[in-house]
Amino acid sequence: MKPVDQVRNSLGFLEDPTHEHAFDTLIWGLRERRDAAAREVPEWEDLRTLASRIKEHTLSHLADYLEQFEQRATANGARVHWARDAHEHNQIVYDILAAHGAKTLVKSKSMLTEECEMRPFMERRGITVTETDLGERIQQLDHQPPSHIVGPAFQKTTKDIAEEFHRVYGSDPDRADAVYLAHVMREHTRPLILAADAGMTGANFAVAETGAVVTVTNEGNADLSGNVPTLRICSVGIEKVIPGLAELAVFVRLLTRSATGERITQYTSHFAGPRVGAEMHVVLVDNGRSQRLADERFWPSLKCIRCAACMNTCPVYRRSGGLSYGATYMGPIGLITMPSADVRRYRELPFSSTINGSCSNVCPVQIDIHEQIYAWREVMDDTGGFSATKKAAMKLAGALLSHPGAFRAAAEAGGTALRVLPHFAVYNRLNAWGRHRDVPEAPKETFHQWYARNRGKDGHDGRS
Amino acid sequence: MDAREDILTAIRDHGPAPRELSRVPDFHRDGGDLADLFTAALARLDGQAIPPPAAGLRQWLAATFPDATRICSAVPEVTGTITPDQFPDWAAPADVDVTVVRTPLGVAETGSILLTEKELGVNTIAVLAQHLVVLLDPADIVADVHLAYRHPSFRQAAYAVLLSGPSGSADIGGVTVHPAQGVTTLTAVLAPAPLQAPAPDRHPDERSTP
Repeated sequence: MKPVDQVRNSLGFLEDPTHEHAFDTLIWGLRERRDAAAREVPEWEDLRTLASRIKEHTLSHLADYLEQFEQRATANGARVHWARDAHEHNQIVYDILAAHGAKTLVKSKSMLTEECEMRPFMERRGITVTETDLGERIQQLDHQPPSHIVGPAFQKTTKDIAEEFHRVYGSDPDRADAVYLAHVMREHTRPLILAADAGMTGANFAVAETGAVVTVTNEGNADLSGNVPTLRICSVGIEKVIPGLAELAVFVRLLTRSATGERITQYTSHFAGPRVGAEMHVVLVDNGRSQRLADERFWPSLKCIRCAACMNTCPVYRRSGGLSYGATYMGPIGLITMPSADVRRYRELPFSSTINGSCSNVCPVQIDIHEQIYAWREVMDDTGGFSATKKAAMKLAGALLSHPGAFRAAAEAGGTALRVLPHFAVYNRLNAWGRHRDVPEAPKETFHQWYARNRGKDGHDGRS
Repeated sequence: MDAREDILTAIRDHGPAPRELSRVPDFHRDGGDLADLFTAALARLDGQAIPPPAAGLRQWLAATFPDATRICSAVPEVTGTITPDQFPDWAAPADVDVTVVRTPLGVAETGSILLTEKELGVNTIAVLAQHLVVLLDPADIVADVHLAYRHPSFRQAAYAVLLSGPSGSADIGGVTVHPAQGVTTLTAVLAPAPLQAPAPDRHPDERSTP
C-alpha cells in the first residue's frame, strides 16, 4: 500500500474555506474549554502526574492485571476471549454472533473496532452493523471513517449533515439545525436498537479489581447497545486495563475535562457482568500493542486514554481535517502510534507536526508526544524514509542554523528576494508553504538589523 | 500456543521495567453545601435538581408532564402505570414517558447520580424513557468522584451508571443538543429517603452464623 501523503490529502479539505474555518473554530474551542476546566481543579497537574504513573505501573505489570481482570470478569459471569490481531478479533466476534444466529448488531463508538476494520468484515458475512453514536453513524452513512476520535463527524458542517440526511433519510435538506437532525437520527436509529440481535461497546477502561468494562458517552447509546439485546460483546484493547476503582476515579476526572472541558460525560457506564438470562463477552485485543510495549522508545504512547486533547491543540490537525491522515488515529497521537502499526504506510506522518510541544503539555497522562514525534523522524531517517528533497533541505537548514553569520545573510537575502522577485519565482514548486497560502509580506529589516540600529554595539539603548 | 498465552508471554518477556503503583491521595477539600454544588454541576449538562415539591410528587409529575400516559415507577413514593417487573423484555420500556427511580448516591463535583440494576430492575428504563426523575436524598451526596467510587455498588453491581444529565450530543457542529438516544430530560428531586422500618430486635443467639 502506498505511503499516506497527509499534505496532499488535506488539499481537498483546504479548498473550501468554510470547512477549514468551521473546523478550526470548533476544535480550538474544545482546547479553550479544556484549559478552563483544568484551571478549575487545583490538583490538576497532580492528577496528570498520578495518571501517568498509574498507567506506567499498569503497563509494566500488564500481564498480571489482565489475568486479574479476566478472573474477575469470569467470576461475574462474562466470557473472556483473547485476540492476537484484528483478524482474530473480528473472527471471534463473528463466531459469537453466528453461534447465536445474530444478524443485526448495534454498537457504540469504538476506535478499536475501527482499527480492526470490523464493520466491513461483518458486512461481508451478512451481519448488519449499525453505529449508534450520532457522529459515527453520520460517518457510516457517508462511507467515511471518523475524522476525530471524540467527534467523528466534526469535519462536516451542519449543512453537510442536513444534505446527507436528506439523501439517506429524505429529511428536510434546508433545515441545517442540530436539534432537528439529532431527532431525525433518533427516529431512524432507535427502532434498529430495539430490534437488534446483539449489542457491542468498546471500552474506555477495564477495571482489574472488579472485572468491569467502563464506557464514557454523552448519548446513552452504549447503555442501550449494551442493555437492550440479550447478547453483549465488549471489545477492549489490552492497554485499557487499570488496577482498580481508586485509579478509575483519577481517569474519570481527567478524561472528559481534557476532551471537551466538561467535568464528566452524561453516561459513565460500568458493565461488570451479564443480567440473568443474558450473555456478556469481552474480547481482549493485542493487535500490535505487545510489540509496542516492547519498544523502549515508544511504549509510553500506550498510556493514551483517547481524549483527543493533543489533536484539539495541534495547529496542523486543526487546519488539515482528520481524514487527511488516512489513519484510525489522527493528529499527534496518530503520528506516534500509526507508524508502529505500519512503518512504511505511515512514514510521512511524523512530519505533520510543528513539534511545538503543545500536545505534550495538554496530554492528561503526560505522554511526551512531541519528543516521540521527533524520535519517529529519526527512525524514518535511519530506515531511509526521508526523501532526497527533504534530506537536502534539512542539510541546508542545519548548515545555516549552525552558522549565525550565514543565517543572518540568508535571512536578509530572503527578505529582499521576497520584496523584489516576481510572483512566479516566489510561488515555485519548492515553496510547499506557499502552495495554498499567501506568503506574508517580508519586513523591511530583520530583527538583528533593528537591534543593531537601535541598541548599538554596546547593547544600550541609544536614546537618552 | 493459544492467543492468551501468546499475548501474556510477549508482555511478560518484553514489557518495560516494573514501576511502583502511586497511591491516590485524598484530594478532598471543603467547598460548600453539597446539595448546592450538586445542583450547579448537574445544570452544566442541562439536568436540573429541585427541592421536594410542596404539593407532593404525584401532583408535580402531573403538572410537569401533563401528556405523560405511561409512567414507570421503581419507587414506593410514586404509583405509576407500570413497574419494572411488568416489562416482557428490555426493549419494552421504549414507550415509557416518565421513569421515576431513587438513587443511592449523588456526586457534588459532577452532578452525577448512580443507578444500578438494584434500583432499576430493568436497566433500560433509565435510558429508553422520554423523561427521567431521580429521587436523591441530600444525605447521600458525596463531594467528589474519588469518594463516589468507594460506594459498594461499584463492587457489587453487574451494571452501574453514573448519570450526569439528559442524553445529549455535540457531534453536529459542536453544539450540544438533547436528546440523542437516551432521555430528553433528567430531574433530580432532592427528597430525603423515607424512613426504613427498623429491623426487629433479635436475641444475639438468634443470629445466623456466617
